[in-house]
Amino acid sequence: MSVGIVLVSHSAKLAEGLAELAAQMAPDVTIVPAGGLSDGSIGTDYDEVVAATQRADSGAGVVLLYDLGSAQMTAELAVESLADPSAAIVADGPLVEGAIAAAVAAQAGRDRKAVAEAVAAAGLPEDLAPAEATDGGAEIELELRNEVGLHARPAAVLVRSLSEFDAEVTVRLGDQEADGHSVLALMSLGARQGDRIRVQARGPQASAALDKAKELVDGNFGE
Amino acid sequence: MPCESEGVAAAVRAAAAVVAEHRVELIDLDRAIGDGDHGENLNRGFAAVVAALDTGTPDTPGGVLKLVATTLISKVGGAAGPLYGTAFLRASAKLGAAADLDVPALLDALRAGLEGVQARGKAVGGDATMVDALIPAVAAAEKAAEDGGDVAAVLTAAADAADRGAESTVDLVPRKGRASYLGERAVGHLDPGARSSALLLRAFAEAAR
Repeated sequence: MSVGIVLVSHSAKLAEGLAELAAQMAPDVTIVPAGGLSDGSIGTDYDEVVAATQRADSGAGVVLLYDLGSAQMTAELAVESLADPSAAIVADGPLVEGAIAAAVAAQAGRDRKAVAEAVAAAGLPEDLAPAEATDGGAEIELELRNEVGLHARPAAVLVRSLSEFDAEVTVRLGDQEADGHSVLALMSLGARQGDRIRVQARGPQASAALDKAKELVDGNFGE
Repeated sequence: MPCESEGVAAAVRAAAAVVAEHRVELIDLDRAIGDGDHGENLNRGFAAVVAALDTGTPDTPGGVLKLVATTLISKVGGAAGPLYGTAFLRASAKLGAAADLDVPALLDALRAGLEGVQARGKAVGGDATMVDALIPAVAAAEKAAEDGGDVAAVLTAAADAADRGAESTVDLVPRKGRASYLGERAVGHLDPGARSSALLLRAFAEAAR
């Protein structure tokens, strides 16, 4: 049972396209698009957002994302109208990146507060920080041999797998470092086929996390 | 003279007629600085309100305003839906089950409506939004009530102040909504939400006379 996601947009096409994109990262998460008015024109449909929110809730609650101002207000009104308003959160963040981050967090079994935080964090540049000197922890170097490198799907697979371990993981390419728990940060490294990445882990299950990372990279992320 | 639910329903119908009459004006104002849907959306919403009233008028003023709120929220489709919807919803909650709308209840409803718009849209005075029409409207209504005005006098004072408040948005840089993306380029334009707020209050005032 994972947190459901509702994408509130003025445009039906935008909401549907984004739901399709995000679902690629999160096969088990219910992602419901709620875009446009019932006659097909541009706008946000309160009744549709309420229905989508109810449909997306399988018991773990719902996180709603929105595109522009009035979509936010419609989403907030819809949440206030629920029998239990605390079951849903309207998350602030960039719609596209936020939806991907939310889908991956929900797929990893995070609760709705953590999923909403993932949306907010998707708007911040801090994930991609210059590397600092290594201080302890285990580290391995791996060569990416899969065709697309650390692109969207492999990055999502890596984040999902690493979330099972009690370990802080960072991934470095050259002098750049990315949070191993953030799909967007990993993608922003731009690591391609043939690149050598250094994976570093700290925490009780650091070595198990590194073993898993090695297994995925060596297995070309199942491609 | 206090106003019963039939009187409030008549005022709402009058407001719907005014919105229909000014549909093109509101579209043009919104097209200049926003997405151009305000007149169309508001007209669709109020037409749906009239259709709902045609199937039966609720027994109380609060009931009428609640019907207006839920219909606008469902049918408008743009920012005006949640904003006016929240305003009418909060106003209706203030009125409760009272059978009449008297001056103190009217002031409560106006204040609650303004608070609702601000809570939903997070706009303050000077952001070039409907709030710039509603803040002076509420202040003028309070003053008119202090001076002993009846429901019609209070609403007329509110409408006069809302007109002036709406005009003030011409010189402001919008900080909320779609117009905020234009920044300085939106200066010189009347905010369509402020204009529609003033139109609604004027329609209510005319109906109360």
